[in-house]
Amino acid sequence: MSDVARQAVADRLYFRRRIVNGVGLVFATLSTGFGLFWLAWILWTTFYTGISALNGKLFTMMTPPPGDEGGLLNAFAGSAMICLLAILIGAPIGIAAGTYLAEYAKKSRLGEAIRFFNDILLSAPSIVLGMFVYTVVVKQVGHYSAFSGSLALALIVLPVVVRTTDEMLKLVPGAMREAGLSLGVPQWKVTVQILYRAALPGIVTGVLLALARISGETAPLLFTAFDNQFWSTNVAQPMASVPVVIYKFAMSADAGWKSLAWAGALIVTLFVLALSLISRAILLRNKVSND
Amino acid sequence: MINPIDPVVTTTLITPPPGADAKAATTAAPKMSARGLDFYYDKFHALKNVSLDIAERKVTALIGPSGCGKSTLLRIFNRIYSIYPKLEAKGQVLLDGDNILDPKYPLNRLRSKVGMVFQKPVPFPMSIYDNVAYAIRHYEKLSKADMDARVEEALRQGALWDEVKSKLNGSALGLSGGQQQRLCIARAVALKPEVILLDEPTSALDPIATGKIEQLVEELKERYTIAIVTHNMQQASRVSDYTAFMYLGELIEFGDTTTIFENPTKKMTEDYITGRYG
Amino acid sequence: MAASAESLAIAQSDEQRARRDGRKDRLFRRTVAGAGVFVLVMLAGVALTTLWGGREAFATFGFKFLVSSEWDTIGKQFGALAPVYGTLVTAAIAMIIAVPVSFGIALYLTEIAPTWLRTPVASAIELLAGIPSIIYGMWGLFVFVPIMGKYVIPWLNDHIGEWPLIGPLFKGPPLGLGMLTAGIVLAIMVIPFISSVMREVFLTVPTRLKESAYALGSTTWEVAWDIVLPYTRTAVIGGIFLGLGRALGETMAVTFVLGNVHRLSLSLLEPGNSIAATIANEFAEADSEIFRSSLIALAFLLFVVTFIVLAIAKLMLRQMERKEGK
Repeated sequence: MSDVARQAVADRLYFRRRIVNGVGLVFATLSTGFGLFWLAWILWTTFYTGISALNGKLFTMMTPPPGDEGGLLNAFAGSAMICLLAILIGAPIGIAAGTYLAEYAKKSRLGEAIRFFNDILLSAPSIVLGMFVYTVVVKQVGHYSAFSGSLALALIVLPVVVRTTDEMLKLVPGAMREAGLSLGVPQWKVTVQILYRAALPGIVTGVLLALARISGETAPLLFTAFDNQFWSTNVAQPMASVPVVIYKFAMSADAGWKSLAWAGALIVTLFVLALSLISRAILLRNKVSND
Repeated sequence: MINPIDPVVTTTLITPPPGADAKAATTAAPKMSARGLDFYYDKFHALKNVSLDIAERKVTALIGPSGCGKSTLLRIFNRIYSIYPKLEAKGQVLLDGDNILDPKYPLNRLRSKVGMVFQKPVPFPMSIYDNVAYAIRHYEKLSKADMDARVEEALRQGALWDEVKSKLNGSALGLSGGQQQRLCIARAVALKPEVILLDEPTSALDPIATGKIEQLVEELKERYTIAIVTHNMQQASRVSDYTAFMYLGELIEFGDTTTIFENPTKKMTEDYITGRYG
Repeated sequence: MAASAESLAIAQSDEQRARRDGRKDRLFRRTVAGAGVFVLVMLAGVALTTLWGGREAFATFGFKFLVSSEWDTIGKQFGALAPVYGTLVTAAIAMIIAVPVSFGIALYLTEIAPTWLRTPVASAIELLAGIPSIIYGMWGLFVFVPIMGKYVIPWLNDHIGEWPLIGPLFKGPPLGLGMLTAGIVLAIMVIPFISSVMREVFLTVPTRLKESAYALGSTTWEVAWDIVLPYTRTAVIGGIFLGLGRALGETMAVTFVLGNVHRLSLSLLEPGNSIAATIANEFAEADSEIFRSSLIALAFLLFVVTFIVLAIAKLMLRQMERKEGK
C-alpha cells in the first residue's frame, strides 16, 4: 500500500472515530440535561402549585373534612413528633453500632457481616419495614399508633446513622486514639469524649440525612401511625403525618384537599432540601478545616 | 549538644549472633530496661531478643533505618501497641524493677508513669486548657484553682505558656504545628510522668519548631527520663546522652552518644551514621 | 526503696481504678457490640416476621400463589403474579432508561464538563435523590400522566403500535396511567443513585491510565468506553443493581401512576400493579385474615427479591473497594 493510500485509510478511520466521539459526547451532555430537566420540572411544579395553595390557615387549622376549609397543623405536629421519636430511637443505636464497627470490629468477620447487612437494610423497601412493624407491634397491640410509626421510621434511620458514624470515626486519625490511650484514659472515655467530638460534624450530618429521609417517608406510616383527622399528641394512638395526609388528599377528588396536599408537598420538599443543603455545608466546612 | 560522658557508664555491646542470647545494653541507673524482648506483628518477627536500658533522667535516642523496629520498641514501653489485635510482645520490660508486660501490671499506672508524644501532633478537639486538664481529671479530683495551677505548670514545662496564656479557652486546633506538638508534650507532662517517650516528635515540623522542641527536651531531662525515636541523626547527636542503633529488629550497638557517633565499634553503625545507607 | 503506707495506698487505688476502667470498658464494648448485632437481628426479623405473617397465604394457596394472577378480594382467592409481573416490568423499563442516561451523566461529570461546573451539577442531580418519593408520585399523577395520555400514548399507538413484535407493547388506551409511565417515573428516581455510584467509581480510574490512552490518540469516548468502563465494570454493575433494588421496592411514586389494576396485560400502556403499590393501596382495607396474609406474603417476596439484588450490588461494589485497597 502506498503512503498516500495508507494516509487516506487513516483519515477515514479518524473521521469515523471523531463522529463516534462527537455523538457520544453529545449523548453524555444531553443525559445530564435530561437529569436536570426532570429535577427542574418537578421542583417547579411543586413550588408553583404549592405556593398558590399556601395560606395562613395551613399552620393554624386542623385537617378538614372534605369540602371544608382547613390546614395541616395536626399533620405537621404529628410528623414532627413521629420523626423526632424515630431519631431518638434510631440514632443512639445507630451511633453505638457504628462505634462498634469503627472501633472494635474494623476487620473482624462479624464487623464485615454487620456492614454488609446494614447496607442492605439501607436500601431495603421501606414498605416492607412498615409491614414488619405492623406484624410485630400493631397486630399485637391491636391498633395503629404513632409510636409504631416511629419504630418503622427508626429502622430507616438506623442504617443511615450506622454507616455515617462508622465512616466518620474511621476518618479520625489513629494517632488521636493512641494519644488518648497513652494518657491512661480508658477506651470508652477516649471514644465518647475525644473521638465523638472529633467526628461530631460527620455524625450530625448522618442524623440530619436520616431525618431528611424519613420526613417525606409515607409507605411505612400507612399501616403503623395511620392517620388522624384531629389534633393528637398521644403516641399510643393513630396520628396524622404530612406525607400520609398528602397521599390521602392527593388521591381524593376534593379540590380543597388537593390544594392542601400540594401545600404540604411544598413544605416537605423545602424542609428536605434545606436539610440536605445544611448537611452538605457541614461536611464541606469540616473537610476544608481538616486539610 | 553532647553531654559530658558519665564515667560510671559502661559501654558494652552487642550484636548477638542469631539464636544466641543477647547481653544487655546496660547503664548504671536504668529507669526502664528491656530484657530479651521479642515482638511479633502477627507472624512477622519485628524485634529480636532486644535488651536495652533507658537511663534515669537522661535522653536515650533510638536510631536506625525505617522498619528497623525503633518505633516498635518505643511503643512497647507504655504498651500502646496492645490496642491493636494480633500484636504480641515476649520477654520483659522493667520499670523500676516491675515487669510492665505482666498483664497484672495496671495499665493506667503504666501510662500515667510513662507518657508518649507522637509523630504527628494530635491535639484533642477541645480547648487548650481542656487538652491539658483532660487526662488529669481522669486521675485526680482537683479544685478549680489547683487545676489552673497544674495546667499552667504543664504549659510552662511545655514552653508554651507565654504563647497561649491569653487564649486558654481557644480551640487547640488553631495552634501552629509546633505549638500543637508542644501542647502534646505539656499534656503528657501534666500527669507528672517519670518517663516520656517521643516518637519522631519533630518529623512533621519545620526547622524553627524543631529547634524549640529540641531545646525543650534538653530542659525536660532535668526532671524526666526520656526516650526519643528519630530518623534525624543530627538530632540524635544534639539531644541525647545515649544512642541505640537498631537494624532489622535487632539492637546492633548501644553506648553513650559521643562514642556511637565518633567511635562506633560496629562497621554497620559507622556506615549508617556516615550516611552510607538507610 | 521501702514501700511506705502512702505508696501502698497509691498502688491500691491504681489497681482499683484499673479494675473500674476495665469494667466500664467491657460494658461499653458489649453495649456497642450489642447495637451492632441488633442491626443483624432487625434484618433477620424483617425476613422472618413477613414469612410468618404470610404463612397462611403460602399454606392456603401453595405454589399457586406465585403463578396465579387471580386477585379476588370477595371470593378470597389471591395470586401474586400480576403485582410481581408489574414490579419486574416497571423496574425493567426504569433500568433501560436509567442505565444509559446515568452513564452519560457520569461521563459528562468526570470527563467532559468544565471543572467549575462539575460539583454544582453533581449536587443538583443528587438533590433529585433527596426529593421524597411521594412528590414524584404527585407530580407523576397530576403533571406527567396527562401529558402521557394526551400526547405520548396516542403517538405511540399510531407509530410504534403498528410495528411487528414490539408493537403490542405500545398499544393501549390513552389513560396516561400504566406501566410505561410508572417505569419512566422510576427511572427519574433511580438515575441519581446510579449516576452518583458511576461517577464515584469513574473518579477512581488512575489518571495515568487515561493519560496513556489519550497519549495514543484516543478520543474521550474511546477512553470512556475502552478504559474507564472495563476498569470499573464490577462497580458499575454494582451501582446498576443498587438502582434496581430501589426501583423494585419503590412504593409511593408508582402507587400514584400505576393505576392499581390486578390484570396481566402485554401492553405497557395498560394500568397495572406492583407489589409495593398493592400493599400500599389495599392493606388498610384488607378485611379478612387471608387477604392480609396474602399482602404480607407479597411483602416477603419483595424483601427476598430486593435482598438478592442488593446483595449482588454490595458484593460487586465491595470487589471494587478491594481493588482500590480500601
